[in-house]
Amino acid sequence: MKYLIALVLGAVTGAALFVVALIYNPFVADRGISPLAVSQSELVALNFSAVPSDTLVFTNDGNSTKKPHPEKVLQLWEAPVRKTSAMATVLRDARSQTAGIGVKFSSLSERTRLLQGDALVDSVWYVYLPKQGSLFIQQSENYWAFLRDVSWPAIRSGANNWKGNWVGDVTDGPGVLGTALVTGGTGVFQGLKMEGVESLIARAYSADQGPIAAEGQLLIELPETGAEATAAAD
Amino acid sequence: MFKTFIVGIVLGIAAAAAGLHLYPVVDQHREASIVSVAANGGNVEAFHANVPMDRIMIGAPGQSTALPAGLEWPADEMLQNVRVELFKIRDARDAVVGVAARTSASNGATEIIDWMLHLPARGSVYVNMRPESLPGGYRQGELRAGSREFDQWSGRMTERWVRNSSADEEAPAGRIELVTTFVGRQEAT
Repeated sequence: MKYLIALVLGAVTGAALFVVALIYNPFVADRGISPLAVSQSELVALNFSAVPSDTLVFTNDGNSTKKPHPEKVLQLWEAPVRKTSAMATVLRDARSQTAGIGVKFSSLSERTRLLQGDALVDSVWYVYLPKQGSLFIQQSENYWAFLRDVSWPAIRSGANNWKGNWVGDVTDGPGVLGTALVTGGTGVFQGLKMEGVESLIARAYSADQGPIAAEGQLLIELPETGAEATAAAD
Repeated sequence: MFKTFIVGIVLGIAAAAAGLHLYPVVDQHREASIVSVAANGGNVEAFHANVPMDRIMIGAPGQSTALPAGLEWPADEMLQNVRVELFKIRDARDAVVGVAARTSASNGATEIIDWMLHLPARGSVYVNMRPESLPGGYRQGELRAGSREFDQWSGRMTERWVRNSSADEEAPAGRIELVTTFVGRQEAT
């Protein structure tokens, strides 16, 4: 009997060690510098709040850490959309002036592989910038570094929250350099194929409520013709 | 007994690794697609949003009743001519299969109507509609981009408002009917 107890205790310890090793896996490297940081092309930066209560509308299944906003918004409880969230938010330029409207749909990805440090989300953005036009952004996002550096410490802390300064790119593809694919739809962007990166700056996070203070940014690299066109539109 | 404990640790690590490798962390629910073949080739698939029950948001200036309750549309002049609506979308069996956004805006002489459809287990499509209405109340648009299953596809989509003709009190006021026709890969066109 005592051998059985020792075996079970050993198995539980082994599983716990595995989880710890998984979280602090030294072979899962951070991505480091953004692929657009060294771009010579003109970049469009669009900022938005990553806190659900600061958006126009945020909805999901209603049982996730992030709570729907406003409270009475229709929730996505049906099985095919239960792992999906929808957000509409105001996008602001670098001077914090309203630049347009963004709609983001995100779904947990079946390509998620925690063993490889891939906590993936498939997402798309629709961006409308008055006077300029519309854009469609498709990307896969990897939240592994965010989970490891922000969510996990928040869960571990006695107060169930985290404060600090976490900055990182969440875009992880499908572009070769880990960039999002951006397609111009209308206006000055019509017909343009571009690349983009979504990044996140988190300052406070609660294990119960999700982000408390966090901002997101969409960085879009314009091709030369696009840069000339947006300059003309301005 | 210590050796047994060590064996347990090894077994625990192996079991956790095998479980994580074999058991999918995310498994999206799939409804069987209802696709028909168009006479000139390509796949035809119809979606719809029942109004008002599938409408998640109406974002527009000057709304007398906000949807959802509590929505505060920004008063910024920049967004005065923009209207954004979010919907759940259903397949031909009336099962919810995804979400969609419809944006309409007028920019001086130009009118823009865009749709973005997101089907979680399959991918997303982005469609530019032509603003003019066709006979029969249709509006037609071109598929500009798609992700995952719809990557590289080209085609078109129609939208139409279909008023409810049923006397059932619980029936929707009507539905927005979206019919996609994906005719091939972009490289081939």
